[in-house]
Amino acid sequence: MPASAEPVLEAHGEPVLEARDVVKRFPLHGPGQHGKEVHAVEPTSLALHAGRITALVGESGSGKSTLARMLALAYPPTEGEIRLDGAPVKQARTARGKRAYYRQVQMVFQDPFSSLSPVHRLRYILSRPLQLHGHASGRAELERQILDLLNRVNLTPADQFIDKFPHELSGGQRQRVAIARALAARPKVLLGDEPVSMLDVSIRLDILNLLGTLRDDEGLAILYITHDIAGARYFADEIKVLYAGQLVESGPADAVVEQPRHPYTRLLLESAPDPDREGALLDAPEVVDDEETLGEPPSLVDPPAGCRFHPRCPLAKPVCATAFPPRTQFDDGQWVHCWSYDEENYR
Amino acid sequence: MKLPGNPKVRIGICVFAFFALVALVGPYVVQNLMGLSPSDVHTADAMQGPSGAHPLGTTATGEDVLAQLVVGSRVSLLVGLVAGLVTTALSVLVGVAGGYLGGRADSVLTVLTNICLVIPGMPLLIIIASYVQGRGGWLTVALIIGLTAWPWGARQKRAQTLSLRHRDFVTAAEMTGESRWGVITRELIPSLAPIISVSFLGAVVGSMFADAGLSFIGLGNINITSWGSMLYWAQNGSALTRGAWWWFVPPGACIAVIGVAAGLINFGIDEISNPRLRKPPKKVRDRAEAAKLRRRTEERAEPATAPKAQEATS
Ligand SMILES: Nc1ncnc2c1ncn2[C@@H]1O[C@H](COP(=O)(O)OP(=O)(O)OP(=O)(O)O)[C@@H](O)[C@H]1O
Ligand SMILES: [Mg+2]
Repeated sequence: MPASAEPVLEAHGEPVLEARDVVKRFPLHGPGQHGKEVHAVEPTSLALHAGRITALVGESGSGKSTLARMLALAYPPTEGEIRLDGAPVKQARTARGKRAYYRQVQMVFQDPFSSLSPVHRLRYILSRPLQLHGHASGRAELERQILDLLNRVNLTPADQFIDKFPHELSGGQRQRVAIARALAARPKVLLGDEPVSMLDVSIRLDILNLLGTLRDDEGLAILYITHDIAGARYFADEIKVLYAGQLVESGPADAVVEQPRHPYTRLLLESAPDPDREGALLDAPEVVDDEETLGEPPSLVDPPAGCRFHPRCPLAKPVCATAFPPRTQFDDGQWVHCWSYDEENYR
Repeated sequence: MKLPGNPKVRIGICVFAFFALVALVGPYVVQNLMGLSPSDVHTADAMQGPSGAHPLGTTATGEDVLAQLVVGSRVSLLVGLVAGLVTTALSVLVGVAGGYLGGRADSVLTVLTNICLVIPGMPLLIIIASYVQGRGGWLTVALIIGLTAWPWGARQKRAQTLSLRHRDFVTAAEMTGESRWGVITRELIPSLAPIISVSFLGAVVGSMFADAGLSFIGLGNINITSWGSMLYWAQNGSALTRGAWWWFVPPGACIAVIGVAAGLINFGIDEISNPRLRKPPKKVRDRAEAAKLRRRTEERAEPATAPKAQEATS
């Protein structure tokens, strides 16, 4: 079954934005912690393609936001590099270099309560990217585009929202402002850190439809970070599963959900309420709550050696605790890092 | 400009406005309209209590105290304002830039701040002032005060900036393509506006105290009439022991009243500069009113469908 080529990935051409073997370790400060580090992201490669939505799933603390922030140049990678349009991005130091980068790459933050400045009105918040990237000149034109952005994210009537302060909005409304701000730059890549988890279902659908339209019509490349692997299936083209800073599985969205190959992906799917799989819903609580056998997410300060999932893994073998498994590639474009697929050790 | 609703701030601002007005037009009024002089010596009228001719009495050399007080307010206020501006501008620049830029820029600015901080302010002020010996008038005094008073403010602002620096909205501003200077002036300084305005007021009042103190010990230019030099001459003329309260109480009281006014404004300023506590602008309020009215009339048109909602809005 394993194949050597990378058939599906090649089919989508050159990636727009790419992380190559990026590593992030946060040094710890404080008494007794000198020299210790949080191993937040282990060597990870991730490519975003024009017109495709890549979902990044994983439980809390798995390093999703850290990876997205590295792609957005908010955290310099400890190792590895970020490439935009095939060219390595030197940590853009100059104001012009940064502006050029953020003209292409925009991010929506996870927490809408901290991502909007409390002292500015929405009019100002949305006018800055329009002005800085030269999309609007003149007051009337600026106002028209701001209203248009507000309408696109369903903040209607837009002319009432435009003069509000962020603190006058709900969490969901704030998040839509943050999305509008990211879209204002008209980027080629959108890094969405759980962009819709604060929104209620009807608006969530509207926003996802909006992003889907942007993908189809303007070829936007989207990184969609979420906890909801079952939901990602309907929205994303590709799903990548991150566990404790290690990418463990990746592949076309349908394939990953229908035929999860990594035990952690299976665990995620079993604990996710998926309307299509009634049985899973009933099994879920047992699987998630059974800490005796599955345990907690590992400490990232002193992470388990080898595959970090092995302390929780039902298929764990001795080799799992010594080395991270190599990539096993499947014909349908799915790949997985798991010793149970490695032929020499598989029995 | 409309006055803020907060009564404390309102009183404080009124006091400041009153002194500003006195400083602006007072000298003209007392000198030209009332015919009093702050410097004319009348030995015959020396050391007189308040009277019709001299509403606040006279000094040991027969100068009019009211005229001195009014003329002196201009110098004291100017010194306070200029020194306060210099102090605040320097502390914001050094503190916010250092806190935000980090790295080498921050190290250099921190070392500079700390060096200036460990040199005790008042003695330094005294040394410089005694060297300058009142040359250059009030502006020199103001600059000396401003240039020695900024380090505390810079430290405070640096600490505040550090707590803002990694907040998402600052990162988000960077990600819209804002330059560093843009982030400092458009995000950080507006967010720090409450602290900055409070510390500006503090700096103004502190500078006025420092000016009065310098003049009082004879290191300002004692030949310029200011509240400080009035106190100096009052002390020199043994006003206290001779019971000439009208000579030293008015300048002291003015300084104290300004200090109280600054305190009042500080108490209330948080409410003004914190948009959470701010009322929406009139335009927005009007629109909300209009929408409410429209809703109400619509409900009246079809009362059967929404009797509950009508109750709630009325
Ligand atoms: N600035 C930082 N300094 C130190 N450790 C950090 C920092 N940012 C993140 N971490 C650590 O890195 C790990 C990954 O965090 P991250 O925010 O990327 O998780 P996440 O997958 O986004 O989780 P969630 O779903 O809860 O948002 C966590 O253990 C976290 O404590
Ligand atoms: Mg996160």
